[in-house]
Amino acid sequence: MLLELDNLSVSYATRAGPVQAVDGVKLGIGENEVVGLAGESGCGKTTLIRSLLRLLPKGARVTADRLAWKGKDVQGMSDREFRRQIMWNEISLVPQSAQASLNPVYRVGDQVIEAIDEHASMSPAAARARVEELFDLVGLEPRLISAYPHEFSGGMRQRAMIAMALVLDPALVIMDEPTTGLDVLVQERIIRKIRELREKSGNSILLITHDISVIAEMSNRIAIMYAGEIMEVAPAIELFEEPVHPYTLGLKNAFPSIKQIGKPLISIPGSPPNLLNGVQGCPFAARCPFAVDQCRNERPPFSEIAPGHVAACHRAGEAKMMRTQAAEKETWQFSKSAA
Amino acid sequence: MAILEVRGLTKHFEVRPGLLKRLVGEGRERTIKAVEDVSFSIGEGEIVGLAGESGCGKSTVCLLVTRLLEPTAGEIIFKGAPVGSLVGEPLKSFRRKVQIIFQDPYESLNPRFTVFDLVAEGPRALGLWDHKEIEERVHAMLAGVGLKAVEYRERYPHEMSGGERQRVGIAAALILEPELVVADEPLSMLDVSIRADILDLLRGLSARLGFSCLYVSHDLSIISNIADRLMVMYLGMVAEIGPIEAVIGKPRHPYARALVEAVPAPDPRYRRPVPKIHGDITRPIDPPPGCRFAGRCPHVADVCRVDPLPALTAVGKDHFAACHRLGELA
Repeated sequence: MLLELDNLSVSYATRAGPVQAVDGVKLGIGENEVVGLAGESGCGKTTLIRSLLRLLPKGARVTADRLAWKGKDVQGMSDREFRRQIMWNEISLVPQSAQASLNPVYRVGDQVIEAIDEHASMSPAAARARVEELFDLVGLEPRLISAYPHEFSGGMRQRAMIAMALVLDPALVIMDEPTTGLDVLVQERIIRKIRELREKSGNSILLITHDISVIAEMSNRIAIMYAGEIMEVAPAIELFEEPVHPYTLGLKNAFPSIKQIGKPLISIPGSPPNLLNGVQGCPFAARCPFAVDQCRNERPPFSEIAPGHVAACHRAGEAKMMRTQAAEKETWQFSKSAA
Repeated sequence: MAILEVRGLTKHFEVRPGLLKRLVGEGRERTIKAVEDVSFSIGEGEIVGLAGESGCGKSTVCLLVTRLLEPTAGEIIFKGAPVGSLVGEPLKSFRRKVQIIFQDPYESLNPRFTVFDLVAEGPRALGLWDHKEIEERVHAMLAGVGLKAVEYRERYPHEMSGGERQRVGIAAALILEPELVVADEPLSMLDVSIRADILDLLRGLSARLGFSCLYVSHDLSIISNIADRLMVMYLGMVAEIGPIEAVIGKPRHPYARALVEAVPAPDPRYRRPVPKIHGDITRPIDPPPGCRFAGRCPHVADVCRVDPLPALTAVGKDHFAACHRLGELA
């Protein structure tokens, strides 16, 4: 295992009280795998990765039973040590809205070289050669090394950010919504590039997005997150073909596909819970057609469905019934009026 | 009968060089050819999807059709009357009958208005009904978009989620009983679990209230879910238009084919084919003569590089593509 998280929680102190943005996350990322983390806006995806990388603002409180990198718990490490030893060298980040993350007044190549200088000792010539190599890898012309960000299109900036994240050949690259906001042809090309790069280098990727299609295409394993908690983790094909958690079932219903023209979509009634002061029981209970009293009172533990497949649902044993019923629109109209 | 007919619609924007360049006598006027010779129609009760990448002219078409922009050339005919020459009462009626739903529910609602005022603003401004009737209709409309009036009428936009706001935007457009609704990426700011609801709502209301819709989006998965017909634009020109099953099932224009094939599917076993086109979409500033797609097209020939633009040619029932090389590509 490269990265292991156990019972990771993050809360933000606000004037109204603590907001439990991430709650009891357990997740591992192995070598040479792509793990997709899917969830809707506000579900805690970005907070989760920011807590790993120590990029949270003041006022955020992180606790975990275990937060280990390559078998060694790093919670005791100072921020300074962490940035020196792990950040960029071992784990790098392609941030959300990477397109806005380039400094407009510096040449793009210089910004990549700056990342090298901060974290490794390399001669200027070697650094320059490394940048050329990376630009070539992500499909950017070498002349763009000395260009400014405004000369780049959105897709090109995104590729430059990916080049920057790969500069020190980290074992894990975290990509936060790497293709959101890009046109589909540009998105296709970036995903193809990421895939090629991975085949060559064997880095692992933690891919965060709300786009189920992109997750399906890229991931070996998928984790579904909702209201700060992991709902289900499974190998990609299993998650799509034999999902267990009602939230996963609902997401699947709600996603349109060009392969099924006019397929009736079913949305999930209601909206996510307010995370102020935390949630009692299962956070999805209020929107779940299968919720029983136990769901509203007791937080469901992870039950193992199959090797590598876990779901946090009290009724996981009735998965077959839930799959059949969740495909019916009427099932989800139970609380339409209340929602 | 078609409720909307668009013929040869063209919009050019002149770009003047900066003051400094003009002072030293440098720089020249350039023309952004945002929309070029676009023709299509929308039938009664029909939902036409309009797809294309950023910069293809989708939004400009929306603004032209709703007469929020004046075209450089071409005609827009709404219910038999040319829109460009409308003044006075007929224009007022057009403004009521054609409504637009905007992309961003976070920016398109006045933050100082309550939900009630937002929805009632149109009827009040047009002096349609008396107080009591406006109130009744606003309540009915809010119920129609799935918002309880008693609970929502006094709320302000900041007190609502994106999905709730977009419902308010839809209610404000539909209360005027439009016959044509132009929806410009109405779902792009919303979460997946809510999108289906808004799509259902639009489709259901379109069937119930009988309005036609021009549904604009860059996301073909969504369009394939709601539209009857699909129009694909590239740098201001229509590349292909036809029944949704035909255009998605067997796209004929090389660009439409690349665009359709590049759409990912929520299926881990599916892999998109590598598109055959090269390069990136450019901007329609002083475009070279001929087909706008020629520079990226794998099948480009000499004929593609000279004016005029290729004309829309029938390739099936109600199915047209604008490509010189259709015969050879079929």
